[in-house]
Amino acid sequence: MTYLSDVGALARKDLLLELRAKETLPAMLVFVVATLTIFHFALPHGTSHVAALGLLWVALLFTALLGLTRAFVAEREQGLFDALVLAPSDRSAIWLGKSLAVLAFLVAAEVVALPAFAIFFSGVDGRTVVAVALADVGISTVGTLLGAMAVAGRARELLLPLLFLPLAVPIVVGGVGASAGAGGRYLLFLAFYDAVFGLLSWAAFDYVVAET
Amino acid sequence: MIRARSLAKRYGERRVFAGVDVDLDRGGLLLVTGPNGSGKTTLLRVLAGLAAPSGGELQLPLRETIGFLGHEPLVYRELTPLENLTLFGRLYRVPERGERIGMLLERFGLWEVRHDRVSTFSRGMQQRLGLCRVLLHEPSLLLLDEPSNALDADGLDLLQGVLEDRSRAVAVATHEPQRFESLATGRLAFA
Repeated sequence: MTYLSDVGALARKDLLLELRAKETLPAMLVFVVATLTIFHFALPHGTSHVAALGLLWVALLFTALLGLTRAFVAEREQGLFDALVLAPSDRSAIWLGKSLAVLAFLVAAEVVALPAFAIFFSGVDGRTVVAVALADVGISTVGTLLGAMAVAGRARELLLPLLFLPLAVPIVVGGVGASAGAGGRYLLFLAFYDAVFGLLSWAAFDYVVAET
Repeated sequence: MIRARSLAKRYGERRVFAGVDVDLDRGGLLLVTGPNGSGKTTLLRVLAGLAAPSGGELQLPLRETIGFLGHEPLVYRELTPLENLTLFGRLYRVPERGERIGMLLERFGLWEVRHDRVSTFSRGMQQRLGLCRVLLHEPSLLLLDEPSNALDADGLDLLQGVLEDRSRAVAVATHEPQRFESLATGRLAFA
C-alpha cells in the first residue's frame, strides 16, 4: 500500500505540475492535430483506409515522443532526481508515477486525435481504440525509462528518439496490424509487449538512476 | 557515520579527486573547501551515495538518514512549499507530517507563503525551502553544498542554528570557509 501511495503521490505531482505550467499537453494536442491536418492534405484522394491508419499511428507515436521529451524536464532542470532517489521509497515508484502521468497525457491527446482522424479520414473501430490503449501502456512505460536514461546524457534531445523509436517498432507493427483488421493476435502481441517491456522497465529503473 | 579511505573519483580520463580520507561522526562538522571545479560537489554526491566512487573504501549510513542539499534547493518550482514538503514528507516516511512541516515552515519564515508557488519566490526563499526539505525527515547526516547561497542575514542566522545543532553529522562544501570556520571540527581542502 505504501508503494502505491508513493506512486499515486508522484503521479499526482506530475499532473499538478502540468495543470499549472501547461507546457506539455497543449503542445501534444497542437502537434497531433497539425500532423493529421498535414497528412490529410498530403495524401492523395482515394488512399486506402489502411494507409491512413498507418499515418494515424505515426502521428500518435511522434506525439508521444514529444510528451516523453518533456517528461523529466522539472527533475532535470532543478536537479530533483537527487532528492527523489535518496528517499527510502522504492525507486521504481518514481518510474511508475511518471509512467502514469505520461499515460494520462497520451490518453488526453488521443481523445482529441481520434475524433480529428475521423474528421480528416474515416472513423476508427473499437479494435483500433483497444490497440491504442494497449500501445499507450507500452509507450509510457518504456518511454519513461528511456526518458530517465536520456536525462543523464549530454545530447538528451537526440538520445531519446534514438533509443525510443527502435523499441517502438513492435508497437507500430501491433497497432497497425490490429487496426487493419488482423485483430486478436495483434492485440495479444501488444499486451505481451506491455507485459514484458513494462516488467523490464520496472526492474531496470533503479540501475538507470544510479550514477556510476 | 562516514568512513572513507583513499577515496577517488574520476569521470573517464579526468580525475576529480584522489586519496581523500573522511571521518565524520555525529556532532562533527566537516568543512570542504576549495575553488570552483575542485571537486567539492562531487565529493558530497559520493558521500550521499548519489555517485559511486572510482576507488577507495567508503562506509555510508542508510540513505534515508541523509539530508542532501545541492546547488539547487531541489524543490518543484510550480508547487507550493506545502505541496513540496508534503510530497517529500510522504516519500521520506516522515511521521506526523503535518506538524513537522508546519513547524519547519514557521521556523524558516515561510508559513505565510505556504500556498504560493515556489517559482514566485526569491532565490533566498527557495534556499530556505531547500533547507526545510533537507531537515524534514530529521536526518542524522547533512550534506550541504554552498548552503549560504542567496541567504539574507536572517537566513544565515537560521542556517547557523542548523549547523550548531550537534545532534547530527554535517559536511558543508563552500568557497567561503570563513563563514563556517568557528563551527568546523574537521577540514578538507581541495586545490
